[in-house]
Amino acid sequence: MKKRFALFLALVLVLTMVGCAGGNNQGTDEPAEDPSAKSEGVMTYEEYVAADLDTEVVVETYVQAKQSWWEDQATVYTQDGDGAYFLYNMACSEEDYEKLVPGTKIRVTGYKSQWAGEVEIIDATFEILEGSFIAEALDVTDLLGIDELEAHQNEFVTFKGMTVEPSVNPDGEEVAFLYNWDGSGEDGNDLYFNVSKDGKTYNFCVESYLCDNTTDVYNAVEALNIGDTVDLEGFLYWYEGVNPHITSVTVL
Amino acid sequence: MMRRKEKLSKALALVLALICGLMTLTGCHGSQGMEEFVVPEEFDTSRDYEITFWAKNDTNKTQTRIYEQAIADFQNLYPNITVNLRLYTDYSRIYNDVITNISTNTTPNVCITYPDHIATYLTGTNSVVALDQLFDDETYGLGGSQVRFDSPSREEIVPQFLEECSFGGHYYALPYMRSTEACYVNKTYVEKLGYQLPETLTWDFVWEVSEAALKKNDDGTFALNGQNVMIPFIYKSTDNMMIQMLKQKGADYSDEAGDIRIFNDTTKELLYTVAEHGRTGAFSTFKISSYPANFLNAGQCIFAVDSTAGATWMGTDAPLSDISADKFVEFETAVMTVPQFDPGHPQMISQGPSVCVFNKADSQEVLASWLFTQYLLSSDVQIAYAQTEGYVPVTSRAQESPEYTDYLSRIGQDNQMYYDVKIRVSQLLLNHMEDTFVTPVFNGSASLRDAAGQMIENVTKSVRRKETVDEAYVEKLYNDMNALYHLDQGGKAAGTAASAADLGPLPLTSRLLLGVLGGAWILILAYVAWDAAKKKGDKTGK
Repeated sequence: MKKRFALFLALVLVLTMVGCAGGNNQGTDEPAEDPSAKSEGVMTYEEYVAADLDTEVVVETYVQAKQSWWEDQATVYTQDGDGAYFLYNMACSEEDYEKLVPGTKIRVTGYKSQWAGEVEIIDATFEILEGSFIAEALDVTDLLGIDELEAHQNEFVTFKGMTVEPSVNPDGEEVAFLYNWDGSGEDGNDLYFNVSKDGKTYNFCVESYLCDNTTDVYNAVEALNIGDTVDLEGFLYWYEGVNPHITSVTVL
Repeated sequence: MMRRKEKLSKALALVLALICGLMTLTGCHGSQGMEEFVVPEEFDTSRDYEITFWAKNDTNKTQTRIYEQAIADFQNLYPNITVNLRLYTDYSRIYNDVITNISTNTTPNVCITYPDHIATYLTGTNSVVALDQLFDDETYGLGGSQVRFDSPSREEIVPQFLEECSFGGHYYALPYMRSTEACYVNKTYVEKLGYQLPETLTWDFVWEVSEAALKKNDDGTFALNGQNVMIPFIYKSTDNMMIQMLKQKGADYSDEAGDIRIFNDTTKELLYTVAEHGRTGAFSTFKISSYPANFLNAGQCIFAVDSTAGATWMGTDAPLSDISADKFVEFETAVMTVPQFDPGHPQMISQGPSVCVFNKADSQEVLASWLFTQYLLSSDVQIAYAQTEGYVPVTSRAQESPEYTDYLSRIGQDNQMYYDVKIRVSQLLLNHMEDTFVTPVFNGSASLRDAAGQMIENVTKSVRRKETVDEAYVEKLYNDMNALYHLDQGGKAAGTAASAADLGPLPLTSRLLLGVLGGAWILILAYVAWDAAKKKGDKTGK
């Protein structure tokens, strides 16, 4: 009996250790991958930031979420150990798109570009590499309203303890969210809602291509009430200023 | 806010290409065809009718309310007709849904659309009603004796706008609203650079001022605005840019038969000019940089070309904006025609929604649809809708009405209904109605338009990336456009870019079905031959 109990405890210990180690490395028993490490000829994130717009860039990064695929073009949120890269309309077959699950490591060659303030890589191609990394959400609540926030563009981030503020629909009524930015849309369109922190209000978005009306976050935002306190997660997209694409809402 | 949603239109393009292909196939045996519509002698008011109206609004609730009011007023006049409104915010979605429904004979009755789209709808036999007979019907036609509202006569529809709805020898639509493009100019900056705006904007002037605006301070900021960003000239719709340049030059684009003529030397010279100014940063496009209005209002652009139907986004006091209030700068906004090569003979594109009637088995239902379509041209509807943006009414009756004249006269009284930039662009179009033009409509004309714009986009992107744009580049570009948009198939555009997708071999089930059909025909023919031989044998006693 004692032997069996000791064996049981040892097994639990081993499984626990395996479980901890597997957090960001997909359960392999290899050493944890350094998501900042780059192959030869590949830019570091710092070099990518320093690169001029409209120049060719080569980066290694990890898929965090997929927004859309059509006509052999994919739009993907990616991140490495130092920063994020938004890949807009990257050349991608439907077959390859299926392989771009969160964590997948890819090498991307494209052009650094900027559209309405959003820095992104366009006209890109990619190849899938060995490796995996899922970024943890960075708490940027305290960076809201200050310039430093822009340095985290496209990263997976979290906002804590935000208060849902009213939006005004086309009938002049105060509501917790709008379909489309001006309330002209309907179920299935992007959702826009206001949240505040320390007296300042920000406009956030549930991008319907990223999270459609069947997702938890879409339904959670539709169920919000003015005055709710919420924690939010999402990607720090930029459109003429901060415009996070929210992927998770928790009402506190 | 107006964010790009390119994926949807591309998705729709492929769906459309596939559906168009299927429609062409089904058209071969005519199973989905309709009988040609004949105007009934009398509208049967003893019956109730339910018709559907698919409409488009510019994400503008006021426009929605105008449609709803129009329906309510029409139903008061015709209590036996119920109009069900379905709203879209995107023309391409209407296009997609119509095409899907043509194949199942479930089209709407009345639909807001573009003539280019109708050319595709006509792939279905008699799916869209040719309106010629209805126009002229003395009882129920335009200004007809039994129409229960003040219907405009045919002569009261602005001739240029009406002609845009005629192709293939018939009228397939009525114009609903018209707009054009305008150049929204930061006049303050032009004068700060030492220039005076000419009466009519020319391409040479725009390029010269744009280059002058690129001068920088020692700290790298632009001398003109003290900011890090300055894109002096931004064009929203580069397809219109190319089309208007070619028209103004008297150069070829396409003809009524659908022959593609855009790949010529004038186009090449225009692309070289675009390259020259794209390279310096004096010129960019919506697809490359973002909405012209955002840059204009932030003092980062001097010449912003966009639709007159987007006027409420333009200027220091614009009622609609994507940028925060702290980014706005104060400047005087001049509203001008798009740049011209020959300012003595300005030419500009005519655009805006039209409305068509779909055919149904019940001609009384079609007549009910036609009556509602006419109602959309009544002055109340025309004036109310035109006031929502920089549109103009399509009838002279509405344009000359005291209500509309009063609206125009109140320019600048507030920054909403009477926003001065909005009314000025309407006046611009009213003053230039005879200077507007449209491109030929044919099945595939939408693809040619896409190619026209894409060439400017490609060239601009290339020079920003320090690539060389020369003879070889343009030759390759022409070939690429031909291939991508299927423009080289017998001189006719074949469909959307997405139609370039190779549909691949037929699936096994289709091949089996075709095999069974072929086998059945062989058996039928064999039976007929055997039966004939048998009868012949019977007759001859063999």
